Amino acid sequence: MSKVLNKRNGIIAVLILSLLFPLAFSDNKYVLYIMTLAFIYIIAIYGMNILAGYTGQLSLAHAGFFAIGAYSVGVLTTKAGLNFWLALLLAVLITMGIGFALGIIALRTKEHFFAIYTLIAGYLIYLLIYKWEGLTGGVRGLIGIPIPNAIGPIKFESPIAMYYLVLLFLLLSIFVTVRIVYSLTGRTYNAIRNSEELAQTLGINTKINKLVSFVISVSFAGLAGGLYASLVRFIGPEIAGTTMVFTFLMYLIVGGIGTLAGPIIGTLLFIWLEQYLQSFQEHKMLIFGPILTLIVIFYPRGIVGAIQSLMGYFRTRKKESSKSYKTNSESTDMKSREV
Amino acid sequence: MNHLLKLSDVTIKFGGFEALKNINLEVHEGELVVLLGANGAGKSTLFKTISGLNKMTSGDIQFNGNSISGAAPDRIVKTGIVQCAEGKKLFSEMSVQENLMMGGFVHRRKKAQLKQSLEETYDLFPILKEKKDDAAGSLSGGQQQMLAIGRALMAKPKLIMLDEPSIGLAPLIVEQMFSVIQSINRNGTTVLLAEQNANAALKIANRGYVIENGILVLQGNSKELFNNDEIRKAYIGA
Ligand SMILES: Nc1ncnc2c1ncn2[C@@H]1O[C@H](COP(=O)(O)OP(=O)(O)O)[C@@H](O)[C@H]1O
Ligand SMILES: [Mg+2]
Repeated sequence: MSKVLNKRNGIIAVLILSLLFPLAFSDNKYVLYIMTLAFIYIIAIYGMNILAGYTGQLSLAHAGFFAIGAYSVGVLTTKAGLNFWLALLLAVLITMGIGFALGIIALRTKEHFFAIYTLIAGYLIYLLIYKWEGLTGGVRGLIGIPIPNAIGPIKFESPIAMYYLVLLFLLLSIFVTVRIVYSLTGRTYNAIRNSEELAQTLGINTKINKLVSFVISVSFAGLAGGLYASLVRFIGPEIAGTTMVFTFLMYLIVGGIGTLAGPIIGTLLFIWLEQYLQSFQEHKMLIFGPILTLIVIFYPRGIVGAIQSLMGYFRTRKKESSKSYKTNSESTDMKSREV
Repeated sequence: MNHLLKLSDVTIKFGGFEALKNINLEVHEGELVVLLGANGAGKSTLFKTISGLNKMTSGDIQFNGNSISGAAPDRIVKTGIVQCAEGKKLFSEMSVQENLMMGGFVHRRKKAQLKQSLEETYDLFPILKEKKDDAAGSLSGGQQQMLAIGRALMAKPKLIMLDEPSIGLAPLIVEQMFSVIQSINRNGTTVLLAEQNANAALKIANRGYVIENGILVLQGNSKELFNNDEIRKAYIGA
């Protein structure tokens, strides 16, 4: 009876919804634009989730890497005249390269020192963009970033086309995340998050694994930044700022850090709340500061975590009541895994 | 007899506090050696130093004829030393079997061997096979300890270091635990066992050391230690 409500059907329903969404709003460019922007943030936040959620290393340089991706596309297209697709590919590679170099140094520190260190690194990226006027346009930013070049007959001039393009990259990001999370690599990251010392005593090289996780994480940010540049077509240094990184973090924590659905739920919730409550923009930190604190204390896995424990509760209650005529083989669905 | 593990003048300081002072200790191949000491004596510190988690201040550690001083913990696991840390540290949300598979991390590419190790571990701890799909966190204290030991065995160590495996367990389970440790040793794995329960530990050990305030104060074969007046007073309570 309640089998229709299972996880697979839920995923299919969300997928169909996301595919049909532009048709419902085909004459409302603004709504499409906001949704596309939200998807771009979600891609970046999936990257943050791999490192902070699954590997347990909270990097606050993430917005910096988002900006590196955005500025790489911006500079390469407007100044070097490169094709968008080549620029996007290079942007991801540049972000990964800088991530590798920064990661080697940053990962010598641990826990809150790592968070503080990466916060400073992120700020340095911001400063560099701000001060390097010749390349980045400084405080004025970069304007006139082109939309993605057409691929054969497919053009990206309409908001609908951009929506589908970004959706495609989002699905790719989710796919990569799922593959990682359910692989031995994912379990290795999980082990490191649980306890680095314990992971080491199992023979895991925590240094290399954390570095790889860091580079994967920033590659998502670089990709998202590159897409952002060609969607918004104007970029300024504030995208590397601390407000940006704490916004990402807030979306992730409220949605559910270390869960697969968390980045989507947190981001969409906030983005649409902000749209509907105008005054919300200014006071959001005032309202969400305390709420965030409560979530961190009571629901460390955010909304998704809360739903999971609720469902787990009902499932075990149902099981208790029907235990007498149930075979043993059915009891394996107890394993609570991230949605 | 050739030694598998040899510590020479191992000293470790935390700030100004000397937690281990000139430790000289040997474990021979095939032996079961017990390290006796009260709370805070330095047993866990010594194990962590051998595993590479603590960096020693001076001294040398040889394993299988090579120095492993200063080697990274994961390298040391690969050379064949695995420690089963104090307090049954498990991945509580992972299933029993997933925990065991994590223990076989260093052999992750040898699928057939892993499967075999898994079967061997289940033979040793049948209860783990019964509960293989349960979350590790849902097991009882004794089962969790067995899982922690089983996970360490999945790495197929030459030397397994067990840090107070009997702590906090009911007497009946403690007895089982020591008999399992004995069979692990008889199956060919060298064992270094840290314990406060001298009575039970000396019954299965070949030799033993006694550590107090970071200094090895006594050593000898099990019988000698068992009959030593000071040990009887301090650890056996007779
Ligand atoms: N990382 C550390 N920093 C400072 N002191 C430590 C550290 N680890 C252990 N100690 C101290 O070393 C002593 C030995 O501790 P430990 O090895 O845990 O004893 P045991 O395992 O025998 O109970 C204790 O006094 C403990 O407080
Ligand atoms: Mg101890």
